[in-house]
Amino acid sequence: MSAHSHVEGQLPHEPEKATLEGRNKILGFWLFLGGETVLFGTLFAVFLALRDQVLGGPTANELFQLPLVAAATAILLTSSLTSVFAIHALHTHRVKALINWLIITVVLGLGFLGLEIYEFYHYVHEGHGFTTSAFSSSFYTLVGFHGAHVALGIVWISLIIGQLMKNGLNTTTAPKVYVAGMYWHFIDVVWVFIFTVVYLMGKVG
Amino acid sequence: MKEVPTLAHAHTHTVKRYSGIMDWLTTVDHKKIGILYLITGGFFFLVGGLEALLIRIQLWKPLNEFVSAGTFNELLTMHGTTMIFLAAMPMIFALMNAVIPLQIGARDVAFPFLNALGFWTFLFGGVLLNVSWFAGGAPDAGWTSYAPLAGTTYNGDHGVDYYVIGLQIAGIGTLIGGINFLVTIINMRAPGMTFMRMPMFTWASFTTSALILFAFPALTVGLVALMFDRLFDANFFDPSGGGNAVLWEHIFWIFGHPEVYILILPAFGIISEVVSTFSRKRLFGYSSMVFATILIGFLGFMVWAHHMFTTGLGPVANALFSIATMLIAIPTGIKIFNWLFTMWGGSIKFTSANLFAIGFIPTFVMGGVTGVMLAAAPADFQYHDSYFVVAHFHYVIVGGLILGIFSGLHYWWPKMFGRVLNETLGKLTFWTFFIGFHMTFFIQHFLGLLGMPRRIWTYLDGLGFNEMNMISTVGAFLMGLGTIFFLLNVTVTAFKPKNAAADPWEDGRTLEWTIPSPPPEYNFIQTPLVRGYDAYWKEKMDGHTEMTPAEPIGPIHMPSGSILPFLMSLGLFIAGFGFMYAPDWGNLGSLNTGYIIGAIGLLITFGCMITRSVKPDHGFHIEVEELLHDKGGKA
Repeated sequence: MSAHSHVEGQLPHEPEKATLEGRNKILGFWLFLGGETVLFGTLFAVFLALRDQVLGGPTANELFQLPLVAAATAILLTSSLTSVFAIHALHTHRVKALINWLIITVVLGLGFLGLEIYEFYHYVHEGHGFTTSAFSSSFYTLVGFHGAHVALGIVWISLIIGQLMKNGLNTTTAPKVYVAGMYWHFIDVVWVFIFTVVYLMGKVG
Repeated sequence: MKEVPTLAHAHTHTVKRYSGIMDWLTTVDHKKIGILYLITGGFFFLVGGLEALLIRIQLWKPLNEFVSAGTFNELLTMHGTTMIFLAAMPMIFALMNAVIPLQIGARDVAFPFLNALGFWTFLFGGVLLNVSWFAGGAPDAGWTSYAPLAGTTYNGDHGVDYYVIGLQIAGIGTLIGGINFLVTIINMRAPGMTFMRMPMFTWASFTTSALILFAFPALTVGLVALMFDRLFDANFFDPSGGGNAVLWEHIFWIFGHPEVYILILPAFGIISEVVSTFSRKRLFGYSSMVFATILIGFLGFMVWAHHMFTTGLGPVANALFSIATMLIAIPTGIKIFNWLFTMWGGSIKFTSANLFAIGFIPTFVMGGVTGVMLAAAPADFQYHDSYFVVAHFHYVIVGGLILGIFSGLHYWWPKMFGRVLNETLGKLTFWTFFIGFHMTFFIQHFLGLLGMPRRIWTYLDGLGFNEMNMISTVGAFLMGLGTIFFLLNVTVTAFKPKNAAADPWEDGRTLEWTIPSPPPEYNFIQTPLVRGYDAYWKEKMDGHTEMTPAEPIGPIHMPSGSILPFLMSLGLFIAGFGFMYAPDWGNLGSLNTGYIIGAIGLLITFGCMITRSVKPDHGFHIEVEELLHDKGGKA
């Protein structure tokens, strides 16, 4: 069924919800993000509980440099916007625009990841290693979990781009694009909280 | 409801359909996955039961040295961990898989492939955990694995590594299962099956799945943090590195308390079905039952710190958690009275399934009463870490959940296997297990009040513990005998002809009893139209013998089997070993052998994931001719 239920070229307005499989996938993914929220919520709680335990290592205030983090934030927020354009292209059935917006999203994601890797490298040289203190362990775990999510998202969206190039837009590929978009927004929202709780609060408190 | 393409559109893909052992390794059929869960969950139940018997042998007399103190710690840790994660949860998943799609009139679960993946990750996680017995020592920090005891300072060997990695892998499976059932129940109900017409077992499983979704990620984080502490020298729970040991307790119980409701709610559901069927009455107060189930699930997240009254959280926190805990007694009480009122005036049949259900009610009430006693924070300071607590949670988990599972197994066995279990042996199982249970655990309340601490390896003579421990041990063996009777029953029944009727209890009320026992792989030839609560009973009362179909007979699309879930879980299993033994296995060339093996394992898992994503599963169609043949030739 799924891919065969519609005549080629006559996709419905929301092709991601055209089949039961597609609807199941989207609902399942919303629920999965609910679980992910608890996962990150727990990581945030752990970080908040341990962030003042710096032992001899550098404190958050000494360590963080807001211009770099602000640049990373701007890049990631922009990638969220481009993924919205991708979903818009999906709804208007413009495959080429969809692929291009996804490629831009991936490139921005790579840019963010590059900055984060540089940032971690820099911190380690400042004496802020993974095992330095409870603060450093919980910092790298929280921010690293987010970074790993970004990396996974980059690989995932790249694979979807490949499938779109090969098979075009149909009721099988549409839900995949849609849930990948949801995922990308989610890691963006998580980053907004990391920016606030880890970096801004680290600077003021 | 499946969309049925017309024949012109139905592509005839040549799909390889496996048979024999490969069929079981590749199956995505929820009924077969249910049986796999039952077999493996049952196996781990026996393993956990044997560990319990060894514990009881060690404690049967004072100053016994049947096992060493170290082995005793391993036994009690593995008994708890195995029973909760590897026996109780899989057996619940067995019944959920076997029954829920049938109860809501669906042909399958929402994600058959993920369903299989959930099973195999659970199995490989469970096997990994138990390999520890043969690899230099099982985990021995208790099933709660409190820091700093579980840290490398006090646990230098690999025992606790097996705990964190095994549970992590098994936990993935549970989370996947939870999401799968939520989506199945929300999206796949037959026409007319509104939420407030769903059978109680489906409602209970729905709530349980939601609890799994919101509780297990907390465990994931806890296990990751503990793993980082142990393998990569992080400082989460190590006070000398600025970490906080109480933080582990919070994370563990934020998961751990919802976990006990994850376990008990499906049992509530089973009891509701069984009591209603064998009283030949509609479940009393159905909507209040639904309400109570959801409320218990909600409150289950608000009470975790009642496990930590003696940690020193202060009087305000203790008072709040104390009150929240006591509140749970209200919805639970609603349920107890509803079951009693269901039986009131009903024509009750005392089948084995119903005996377990009726035995459940007073037993669970006793567990609930001690629960309220423990919820009173000042009193808890006296009970804490004593056998009183051991007695309490065995009353709710064994007396609640295990009796519920036995009830459900006797009830749904014909639907799962096409054979009705022997009633005489079933009753023998009930009486030996039930009496053995109360003998083992009732007396432990008093042992606790006399001051016997839990998790103690042995005790001195002359403390007044001797006789009660002896009685408890005898009771444990009686429970073992009950389990043997059940296994005997299963064996005897397996050799009987496969002749169970579609509705073997003759009073079936829900949709699973409208289709053959066991059901064909597509469950329903035609999706049924549901016209009310207790859909089948309603048709019976209206003089019909079968459900009104909601669709014409047409080809049915089925997903094809896949070996990928098995391989993905195997990859995680291999990776687990690699990372665990990375410090011990030295280098291969310039790279660490353990990390190479770990990377290979992860590569297998992600490789299979990518294969699955890129290679579409077209599935196959079961054509109308075959369906009509199944139906017995009548068109």
